[in-house]
Amino acid sequence: MRYLPLTQDDRAAMLARIGAGSVDDLFRDVPESARRSSVIEGLPSHLGELEVERRLKTLAARNLPAGSVPSFMGAGAYRHHIPAAVDHLIQRGEFLTSYTPYQPEVSQGTLQYLFEFQTQVALLTGMDVANASMYDGSTACAEAVMMANRVTKRSRAVLSGGLHPHYAEVTRTQARWTGFDAVDAPPDITGTEDLASLVDDTTSCIVVQNPSVFGHIRDLSALAEACHAKGALLVVVVTEIVSLGLLTPPGEMGADIVVAEGQSLGNALNFGGPYVGLFATRDKFVRQMPGRLCGETIDADGKRGWVLTLSTREQHIRREKATSNICTNSGLCALAFTIHLSLLGEAGFQKLARLNHAAAIGLADRLAKVPGVSVINRGFFNEFTIRLRGDAAAIVDRLAEQRILAGVPVSRLIPGKPELANLLLVAATETNTEADMDAFAAALAEVV
Amino acid sequence: MAMNSTGRGTTRPETGEGGMPADTFSGNRGLAMEEPLIFEQGEPARAGVDLPEPPIAELRLGDVKPRSGIGLPGLSEPQVIRHFTRLSQKNYAIDAGLYPLGSCTMKHNPRLNEAMARLPGFADIHPLQPVATVQGALELIDSLARWLLDLTGMAAVAMSPGAGAHGEQCGMIAIRAALEARGDKRSRVLVPESAHGTNPATAAALGYAVDAIPGAADGRVDTAALAAKLGPDVAAIMLTNPNTCGLFEHDIIEIARLVHDAGALFYCDGANFNAIVGRVRPADLGIDAMHINLHKTFSTPHGGGGPGAGPVVLSHALASFAPASAVVRGPNGFSLAEHPEGSSFGRLKAFHGQMGMFVRALAYILSHGADGLLQASSDAVLNANYVLASLQDVMSPAFPGPCMHEALFDDRFLKETGVSTLDFAKAMLDEGYHPMTVYFPLAVHGAMLIEPTESESKESLDLFIATLRYLAERAKAGASEHFVAAPRLTPRRRLDETGAARKPVLRWRPEEQLDQAAE
Amino acid sequence: MAMLKFTKDHEWIRVEGDEAVVGITDYAQQQLGDVVFVELPEIGKNVEQGRDAAVVESVKAASEVYAPVDGTVLAVNDALADEPATVNTDAQGKGWFFRLKLAKPAQLDSLMDEAAYTAFTAGLA
Repeated sequence: MRYLPLTQDDRAAMLARIGAGSVDDLFRDVPESARRSSVIEGLPSHLGELEVERRLKTLAARNLPAGSVPSFMGAGAYRHHIPAAVDHLIQRGEFLTSYTPYQPEVSQGTLQYLFEFQTQVALLTGMDVANASMYDGSTACAEAVMMANRVTKRSRAVLSGGLHPHYAEVTRTQARWTGFDAVDAPPDITGTEDLASLVDDTTSCIVVQNPSVFGHIRDLSALAEACHAKGALLVVVVTEIVSLGLLTPPGEMGADIVVAEGQSLGNALNFGGPYVGLFATRDKFVRQMPGRLCGETIDADGKRGWVLTLSTREQHIRREKATSNICTNSGLCALAFTIHLSLLGEAGFQKLARLNHAAAIGLADRLAKVPGVSVINRGFFNEFTIRLRGDAAAIVDRLAEQRILAGVPVSRLIPGKPELANLLLVAATETNTEADMDAFAAALAEVV
Repeated sequence: MAMNSTGRGTTRPETGEGGMPADTFSGNRGLAMEEPLIFEQGEPARAGVDLPEPPIAELRLGDVKPRSGIGLPGLSEPQVIRHFTRLSQKNYAIDAGLYPLGSCTMKHNPRLNEAMARLPGFADIHPLQPVATVQGALELIDSLARWLLDLTGMAAVAMSPGAGAHGEQCGMIAIRAALEARGDKRSRVLVPESAHGTNPATAAALGYAVDAIPGAADGRVDTAALAAKLGPDVAAIMLTNPNTCGLFEHDIIEIARLVHDAGALFYCDGANFNAIVGRVRPADLGIDAMHINLHKTFSTPHGGGGPGAGPVVLSHALASFAPASAVVRGPNGFSLAEHPEGSSFGRLKAFHGQMGMFVRALAYILSHGADGLLQASSDAVLNANYVLASLQDVMSPAFPGPCMHEALFDDRFLKETGVSTLDFAKAMLDEGYHPMTVYFPLAVHGAMLIEPTESESKESLDLFIATLRYLAERAKAGASEHFVAAPRLTPRRRLDETGAARKPVLRWRPEEQLDQAAE
Repeated sequence: MAMLKFTKDHEWIRVEGDEAVVGITDYAQQQLGDVVFVELPEIGKNVEQGRDAAVVESVKAASEVYAPVDGTVLAVNDALADEPATVNTDAQGKGWFFRLKLAKPAQLDSLMDEAAYTAFTAGLA
């Protein structure tokens, strides 16, 4: 078996040194009734690479890759072009197969890129400090609310009507089982909900997504002031990190905690995971942050180096009183993010953002001309909501049969609401060509 | 104050002599390169990508203004490749050497897994595509789920948790939901003293009071003490099996019976599943929920700290409480249950789980098959016992053997040498070995937990054993300065963790900002 | 005249009339290693004998500090925020944690005096 180096001779020699007759003897603590020394029945035997490839390629071939057809899907996961260098670099064994950097002397590679990642996230979000990643944007969102509860010593969070429904559900699940309140606002299709009115002096935080799940962008400065006046925190969620190449960042609008999904940079769609959660806040809150933190220091020779720090917040030390139970996070995805953003740089990232926005404007203008289609958004980054004459999910299925991935029906995220059934979330990125958009508009005209 | 029992000194190295002299102009030494931060070598106008000009100059952002500069550096592709290549060369990795990290299962990461995960049919599919266009993905998740059920004997599996700790939370919420559904609100959870920190952290976050179960002299849980702590207010126990001392809990079936008789449920931390996979089915031990670390037992790469995946197998009692999303096999194909229905406890994460890790884990499982998995766990246990048997005369095993897949030593063999467990670990770095897990479990003084995994050849183990023997003998011979000044040969020597914690510097700042801060 | 007493959990308390100053002992700071952060109680908080009052962190551990007696927090040692190392260099002087208004002075009788505490720590493994 290609992954197992021991030979039968090796095993015999080793058993002799141990003083056991067989490996089965080493399992003598296993209760008789649970012990087996032969293979579990009915399960297949090992396979060579060729056969494993055949089977998995057969499964892969039954999926329609988004890049092989015109594809306009968003709603929290975005298709961007990832430069070839990213995947080559993250597959270097020293990155791919290394452990968490608990022994910093032999982990400076990991620690330095985490420090660079933390800096990038702080710059993008306009905040003071960022951690070394969470699982994804949705769990980062829930953790932000729990942190706001700790900081304000309150237990009632408000989830705005523009928050991604999965994010809201993850936060509500944490609320239900860890003991706080998370109050939902109704879906904010038009981007005009009165957020300040939702905050009072029992509120720990209000969670606002910007751009919202429906694509609307708002200046949150007034809301930040309203929150602070009531002793509450403003948590801002960003699901399309490329938007921060163009939009005023939440940190400049007065946000206290910013969480984001970093998938758009460096990480393929991967059917929803693994992704990378970004988490940033102000210096004054740093000891309440969840997750790992990488900090700068010097070594015994006075050379600059990095270590994981402020570890006493974490589960392995604080145990019951930890800020979170998170241990493994999303290191390699954070590395991919860091490399991609390093390649883009200041000029490239801002240009990428403008390309996305331009693509979305081009798409919106085409779709607005299709009879039976209206674009709801006045403003957007690279994703907006359209209203269709007809059921959006049915239309999307029909277009999928024609090999066009037309977007995400709102009903997929918010079921059981007939008034939302004709709404479709549509995204365009730098990967969409004019031909793609023409094909989409033409096909839509046929089915609407 | 509560005296912390780790006994581990904080690392504040004595600066100065003992390291390698800086005798080059550039600061590089042969292939060991010094490499600054990207922020220290960029130009804002440079880019490592070529992008076209946006065709439309108009902005349609609504009320919000575009931002001014961000402050990111610009680098060309050669510079980026060089930068990250140099960083990689400062890292230890399984590809390069043995990681004897107890409880981490640092086994080989097969490259077939990487190739399969990158097939466009898996990597380039959006989680919200119409399900008719992703039947292969749903079938893959279902196949992996079935393997996990067959290997564990359990009734159901929740695939969505993002890592082990997330899986622990999933299992414990399911337990709490099940108890509340039968109108039973209990307030305590029992956790062994030797448990990994995620266990009590998870229980406490769910509002439970955590009650520690002491260990017995033989390194297992004290079953009598556990029985005494059971009562109508205990919701669950959280046991790791094999436990964090590397030993199989021989009373586990009896423990399960006691727990169930008391009306409580049994959570098993599956971090050490590699010792028994293919040989023992956790369902036969009486557990109700167990998370599986795909990045441990099933070889998905650690990636410097993730991503992982933590699916949770569940008993019949807990199956209906599993969270969204779940893959559903129907007569006409696969679909997704994305919205928590019935007694599902909710949703733990957006979308459907760590698909990229599912592909890798399934490739691993198919490659091994049931026979290979049984051989892998057998070899893992054999390797650990070989290490234990080979070093028990010169180091101090915490408990008599045999062990499971990891061997636990304590620091008695270093008594009066002036060398601590930490110093010993740092000396291993100079010998080209990542240290074993140190200071865990807390129950053992100066713990050293060694888990070689099945991926190590006998030759590799023989050199490792000989090296530890050499170090142990050197420590006992009084060469403490060799250890206390270690490491000397690594890219950095011991780092000032105290300074890093007292005055945290968690990001780079441009010179002007640093000057302002100093004023 | 100030009275100095000690707890089995390695807190010291220096009584000054109906107030007292509390910190951790030199023995405790040696066991802890380098102190990197101290989390102090809020002024006005009521603390109870033997219950959590503060947290002292080293790099690898966070240890609870318990109130030696019941009382109300009057003041905390803000200087520790910038210089947590003071707990290591002068644990029983400038490294004090908080000042209390005593609620039940009789509780002091159950604490050890300096000689008893010295003997107690000598007996610890």
